[in-house]
Amino acid sequence: MERVPILKLGDILIISIQVDLEDQSVLALQEDLADKVVSTGARGVIIDITAVEIVDSFIGRMLATIAATSRMLDAETVVVGMRPAVAITLVELGLSLGGVRTALNLEKGVALLDHTRSAPR
Amino acid sequence: MTAHADATRRRVHDLLRAEEERILQRWTDLAKTSAEELRDLYRALRLALGDERDDLADVRGLLAELSRERARQGHTPSDTARVVFCLKEAVHEAVASDGSAEALKGFIWFSRLIDDLGLYTFEVYATAREKIILDQAEQLLELSTPVVKLWEGIVAVPLIGTLDSARTQVVMEKLLQTLVETGAEHAVIDITGVPAVDTQVAQHLLKTVVAARLMGAECVISGIRPQIAHTIVTLGIEFGDIITKASLADALAYALSRSGAEISTPRRTRIAVRTEEV
Repeated sequence: MERVPILKLGDILIISIQVDLEDQSVLALQEDLADKVVSTGARGVIIDITAVEIVDSFIGRMLATIAATSRMLDAETVVVGMRPAVAITLVELGLSLGGVRTALNLEKGVALLDHTRSAPR
Repeated sequence: MTAHADATRRRVHDLLRAEEERILQRWTDLAKTSAEELRDLYRALRLALGDERDDLADVRGLLAELSRERARQGHTPSDTARVVFCLKEAVHEAVASDGSAEALKGFIWFSRLIDDLGLYTFEVYATAREKIILDQAEQLLELSTPVVKLWEGIVAVPLIGTLDSARTQVVMEKLLQTLVETGAEHAVIDITGVPAVDTQVAQHLLKTVVAARLMGAECVISGIRPQIAHTIVTLGIEFGDIITKASLADALAYALSRSGAEISTPRRTRIAVRTEEV
């Protein structure tokens, strides 16, 4: 089973999904991420799905679950780099990913998190 | 095919051959058209009837040509069909002067055949028309969905005409593709040119907005006319947290202020815009 690496940049965790995810890897990723958020005290999580070409309802739910878990641990989640085809598929599936923030690319995702944290809570 | 029916058909065929000149002349008079275009058709029909296999492919080919030719000349499809139906009258006269019961029975069968052929000219006409309409619809689809850049980081889609699912799909794809290419964070969907908004059109708009949002861009819907606003409220359509503006100008001002630009209006006629680094 392939494990998705979780990178740390300042107080942001970055997950770049490069391969087709198996169900098992997704579950492992969710656990790893929760552990990592707690151990590093991260305030933001960025999931980069630039390389993801195919999505199904399972992946959609994964993104929502990760966002919900991270929020419980006081870290904001941003999904970045979604392809047009993927966005259309998710909409057709009826998954609007409520509660997940999105940005066009990694750079803008980081800027979004910086902006949110600098704003008064 | 029974032997009896066979005999009646042969009788009609014999008549068609024996009285060829007279029937053709009469047909030409009735149809008020030139003898040349009818002669080929008549020959093909007579040969096809004499043939055991009942093969009408040649006749149909000639009819299709006749139908197209006459359509080009500006005749209505009814005119063309009437030309074909006139043959019935011409043949009926020949059958009546022949007077035999067999010929009369055969005429009923012949008349049904001519009905079919007349309708076929109609069909050819309709098919040709259908093709033109389809081509135009396709061209319209390509023409009618531009994505324009209003400002750095702000794009707009001026929608004109009725929105259906095929068109929404094209608009959505084009908009999302532009978002990727330009990295724009704000999109304005302007529906000034959309004549009516019903639940289905609203559904399509919402889908587009949600898809853009998933990509990380913010969408504003603008150009909502008073009647349309009224319709939307009456139908009970929920736009949720989607920003709507009355005019494209309002939407642009909103998008500019969201992207950090400051708009000041010292005089009514001039707008100065200054972008600030965040």
